[in-house]
Formats: sequence, C-alpha cells, structure tokens
Amino acid sequence: MKKFPLIIAFLLMNVYASVGQERWYTKEAKVSFFCDGSAENIEAYNNKGFMVIDVPTGKIEISVLMKAFTFEKALMQEHFNENYVESDKFPKAIFKGTIKDPENIKWTTDGEYAVEVSGDLTIHGVTNVITTPAKITIKNGVPVGDATFIIALADYNIDIPKIVEDKVSKNVRLVVQTSLNPFVKQP
Amino acid sequence: MTFLRKLIPILLTLLFYGITAKAQDDDLLSLIDDDSTTVEHVTSAFKSTRVINSHSIESLSSGVLDFRIMHRFGRINTGAYQLYGLDQATIRLGFDYGITDRFTVGFGRGTYYKELDGFLKYKLLWQSTGAKTIPVSLVLVSGMTVNGLKWADETRKNYFSSRLGYYYQILIGRKFSDVFTLQLGPTMVHRNLVATKEEHHDIYALEAGTRIRLSRRIALTADYFYIPPNQLDSRYGDVFSVGFDIETGGHVFQLHFTNATAMNEKTFITENDGKWSKGDIHFGFNISRVFTLSSKKRKMK
Repeated sequence: MKKFPLIIAFLLMNVYASVGQERWYTKEAKVSFFCDGSAENIEAYNNKGFMVIDVPTGKIEISVLMKAFTFEKALMQEHFNENYVESDKFPKAIFKGTIKDPENIKWTTDGEYAVEVSGDLTIHGVTNVITTPAKITIKNGVPVGDATFIIALADYNIDIPKIVEDKVSKNVRLVVQTSLNPFVKQP
Repeated sequence: MTFLRKLIPILLTLLFYGITAKAQDDDLLSLIDDDSTTVEHVTSAFKSTRVINSHSIESLSSGVLDFRIMHRFGRINTGAYQLYGLDQATIRLGFDYGITDRFTVGFGRGTYYKELDGFLKYKLLWQSTGAKTIPVSLVLVSGMTVNGLKWADETRKNYFSSRLGYYYQILIGRKFSDVFTLQLGPTMVHRNLVATKEEHHDIYALEAGTRIRLSRRIALTADYFYIPPNQLDSRYGDVFSVGFDIETGGHVFQLHFTNATAMNEKTFITENDGKWSKGDIHFGFNISRVFTLSSKKRKMK
C-alpha cells in the first residue's frame, strides 16, 4: 500500500507518454539535388536522409550527410565536398521546422494533404529561415512526405568561382521524398 | 514525515520524465541519429594520385580516366644561356584508369631512357570514420619499367630482360585534418641489369609525402625519397620535390621544384645525380585531366 501512489504516478506518465508521442521516422529519406547549367546539369542523389515527424506538435526534422550525395561524375562529387559545401567542416545539412496547421492532417485516414512547412535550414554552417509547400500523403495508414526547397547558393556562403559562374544556376532545388515508419521508443 | 517520504520519489520521477521529454522535443533527430551504421571514407587526402613524383594514397574513382602530362625543365643552374633550364624538357605522358574505387592501373612513357612504365595500385585499407574506424589508408603499388633505348653495345648478346626494372611500394598515409595529410612509403626497386658489379640490384628507399592545404583550391605539397647510404654509386642521392597543387575545374596543375629529371620510381630512385645544394633544381609541372568514361556504376539504384 505504501508504494501505491508511486505506481499510479508511473502508470499515468506512461499513458500520457504513449498518447502524446506519436512519431514517424525514416533513415532512408531520398534527398535529391538539382542545379541547372548551360554546360551540364548537375544532379545528385542521397537515400540516407534522416527524418522525424512529431505528430502532436507538427515538428519536423531532417538531416542529411553531405558526403552521402552521389553524383554522376566522381570529380563533381569531389568538388562538391571539397570546394563548395566543405563537407569535412560542415558534414550535415539540417532542417528543423514545423508543419503549419498540423491538426488539418488526419494521420489515420488515407488522403493527400497540402501543407506548408517552415523552419531553419542549415547548410554549409549557415542557417536561414525558409518556408516551402509540402505534401503529406497517407496511404494505408502510412505517411509519405514530399517537399521541394529552392535555395540560393549565395544565402549559404557557397561560392561559385568566376570561371564557371555563367555555366551553373545560382539556385538549386532540394527535393525530399520519403515514406515513414512508426517510431517505437527503444527500451 | 511518511508523507514526505512518499512524495520525494514521485517528485523525482516527475522531474526525470520532464527532463527526458523536454530533451526529445528539442531535438527529434537525436532519437534516431546515430553514426554507428554508416562507414564514411575519408576523401581528398591528396588532390591527385601523385604527390609530385611519388604515388599518393589517393586512387581514381571507378570509371575515371586520368590523362597525366608530367614535364620537367632543365636545371636552373645551367644559367641564362639555357634560360635557366627552360630550353630543355623531359616529359612523361600517361594514362591512369580506375577499375574500382580501390584499384587503379596506369601506364606511361617518358622521354628519359625512352622508358615505358606500367603500374597496379590497390587501396587495401581506406581511412574511414563511423561504424568502422580505420586510422590510416594503406596502398600497395607495384610497377614495371622497360628501357627503350638502343643497346649500348649491339655486338654483345643482349637480353630483353636486361631492359626491365621493377618497383614495389607500401604507402601508409593519414589525412589528419582538412588541412594536413602525411604519408610514408617504404619502397623497393629491382633492376635486372646494373652498370657495374659493385652496384646492388635491389635498392631500398623511404618516401615521405605531405599536403598542406592553403586555400580551397591551392595546396602546398612536398615529397622526399630517402635512400639509405651504401646502396648506390656516390654520384646518386635523395630526391626532394616541393610545389603547389592548383585546381581549376577538371584540371589539377602541380607546379614544383625538384632535383630529379626522371619521372618513374625505378629511375629517379636509382639514378638521381641532381643535388639541391649545387643548384641542380628543375622547374616542373604535372597536369592531370580526368574524364568520366563509365558513370553507370555510380548511378543510384
């Protein structure tokens, strides 16, 4: 009897936790990168992006390892890591934001939901606030996320050398596409 | 008092829950973020597959062809009449190809001794972080050279095997930081034919090479071959080169000063009579231009 209140407290906390912490995650988000140029288009793919969505708060976080981007040409990949984003110094790109009006999404009902996502995007050690339209599709109870970020390289202190300045676009498209798994708290 | 005794653990529990919940809310990614699942290879320890004269621990990526022009002018101490060496030229043209990310093959031909050379280069260990931490890269190089000059004495019986030389190298290197890379390379050269009875067929040397990055596209490089004494004729000695790597798009320009004229291991290790102390210094450059021949392997599934 002496420990009764303690047990109750524990139970209550756990119930609260399981209701309040519905989360979805993936470690295999597809993040692609496109930069149009007059000489050649540059594109790179990465399927090792991390993403977590917290349903009650609408918080969304994505992180991607710069070195995991694969380019068609090895030299492009080397230049990307060495000269442009300096992957040794800034290994990850991170987005931490929120879904606007998350209550509009019915996570248990199949359907498509157009949403707006805004938050801090950090690339090359520089953080900018960014807002972008996104789509969440619930299919068979599993959410699939889709978002495109259009970013200006200059906003992230990524220098384009003078000699190639005319050949590549100053903006790049970052496309995130992934299905998510239910997050179960590890014991 | 009994009430208080019951309350304390409850409060502690609440506090504990509060802290963990807060920590999670601040950083959702920390829930799943662990670097233990990926192996990250360290890249760009050197800008090129050669430090200057020596092989570096860098390999070509699979499907990449590297066309290399190595060029050494004459000695600076030849004076104004030879325009400080610029009137003379020694060249090696070569092609290297990456069969896999770890395995490179190459061949080239140099004007010095009209020598043809080929090599195999395999990266046995690749410096990496993450799930598998390997502190150094270890690269094995095996090369062969064929002297292309006419026989010095056509009247005696000459064997093709006399034209051949071999070199073997173990390169151990580490990129200590974004700025600094160092490698060491025990090297052995074997010559089938030597000039005099006293000379050794097998010559041992130790290479040391470094890159110090000065800016995003320029790096200071140096390589040194130490040849322990009593192996070679006293005319011959160590090789030291120092220079800059300059990178522009698809090219890497390596500009340097060196006391060696030849551009393959067999020849510059065993027959380098240039001395820095006497001013036997050559200005030289290597130009590397890479072409992606096969990009299929690189495409994502």
